[in-house]
Amino acid sequence: MNHLSEEELTQAYYGDEEPESRRHPEARRHLADCAECQAAFQHLKTMLDELLSESVPERGTAYGAEVWNRLLPRLPLEKPRRVWLRWWTAVPVLAGLLAVAFLAGRFTQPKTAGIAPEARQRILLITLGNHLDRSEILLAELVNAPPGAADFGDERSSARDLLDENRLLRQTAARMGDASRAAVLDELERALLDIAHSPSEISAPELESLQRRIENEGLLFKVRIISSNIHRKGQQL
Amino acid sequence: MDWTDRAAAEEARKGNQLAFRVLVERHSRAVFRLAFRMTGNEQDAEDMVQETFLRAFKQLHRFDGRASFGTWVYRIAANCSLDLIRARRVRGERQPGLDTAASPDPSPERVTRSRQLAGILDHALEQLTEAERTAFLLRHYEGCNIDQIAKVLGVGNSAAKHSVFRAVQKLRGALEPAWGGAK
Ligand SMILES: [Zn+2]
Repeated sequence: MNHLSEEELTQAYYGDEEPESRRHPEARRHLADCAECQAAFQHLKTMLDELLSESVPERGTAYGAEVWNRLLPRLPLEKPRRVWLRWWTAVPVLAGLLAVAFLAGRFTQPKTAGIAPEARQRILLITLGNHLDRSEILLAELVNAPPGAADFGDERSSARDLLDENRLLRQTAARMGDASRAAVLDELERALLDIAHSPSEISAPELESLQRRIENEGLLFKVRIISSNIHRKGQQL
Repeated sequence: MDWTDRAAAEEARKGNQLAFRVLVERHSRAVFRLAFRMTGNEQDAEDMVQETFLRAFKQLHRFDGRASFGTWVYRIAANCSLDLIRARRVRGERQPGLDTAASPDPSPERVTRSRQLAGILDHALEQLTEAERTAFLLRHYEGCNIDQIAKVLGVGNSAAKHSVFRAVQKLRGALEPAWGGAK
């Protein structure tokens, strides 16, 4: 058999031989046996290995975040906040909903409840906290939206997602005798209903009346208060 | 959020900024390494990293998931760096790496590596075609396989493999004389 070609030696170094080719096993065997080819291979390997020591300036673990921070102002984002809104308000709903449905069942049948009251309380607080956070984002977006007609599709679908969860949470709070939270959730539910039933292309006056209503009721403020209470409580648990 | 690259790219394409952020954070260091080796200069490499992700963001709709996101973004990074190298050549500038020894204010990482080797390697890399250079850097330093390199270059596997070989052959031609002297 012939000695290995330069190309074969290079492929052997990188492990890029054609595994299906007939030459491959032969070449492998040859390289193992032939002193001349071994020397050539070693020579190539020394050079290529040496090149690997060529260093690149280190970048730490925070580098990705630095790149992102520099990049963000340059990204052509059309509606960055609303995109954010859609994600934040919609994604965790399912998990929250399941937790609430589970808890709601537990609270209506207290005798069959298999989980400790503290754990139940904690799950409820976390779910409620998440729910209020997402509602708060939605309300803040809406209150701060610039005047004028707007595409309202994201807001509507977020409100619809939040509604089911809100209903379960309100019922649970009422059943637990937590009247003040139940009352805020009740107000929130009415606002979510209005948002969910707004037209997908909202007109300027419709938007303004919705904004005024939320502001007049101080709803955003109330949501923030109970939300921060809950987060504080959650940390103590 | 524990997204796979594929899921994150899919989300990012739908306009999810957070998903794009995940991808940027995940691939920044690798893109930087490649850009540094392509351009031979830290500041240029930083610019290339920004340019790469900016282009990636604008072209997300073209990412079809056939290659991995990493491969796709490498391809963009390689192209960005090649654009820069070409522009430099048009302006008659030299690759900064070539000036290492004479540089009045060499950066520390340049000082610590073997100057002689670095200078020769930079010069040798300049002699490679764009495909050879890209193929070699990806194969040798980034550990990409032939399949990935072929996708980055937009060529078939055997052409990609041949580019790696041609690059090694040329580097050897350039480095071996210096090698003999150094040993
Ligand atoms: Zn032989």
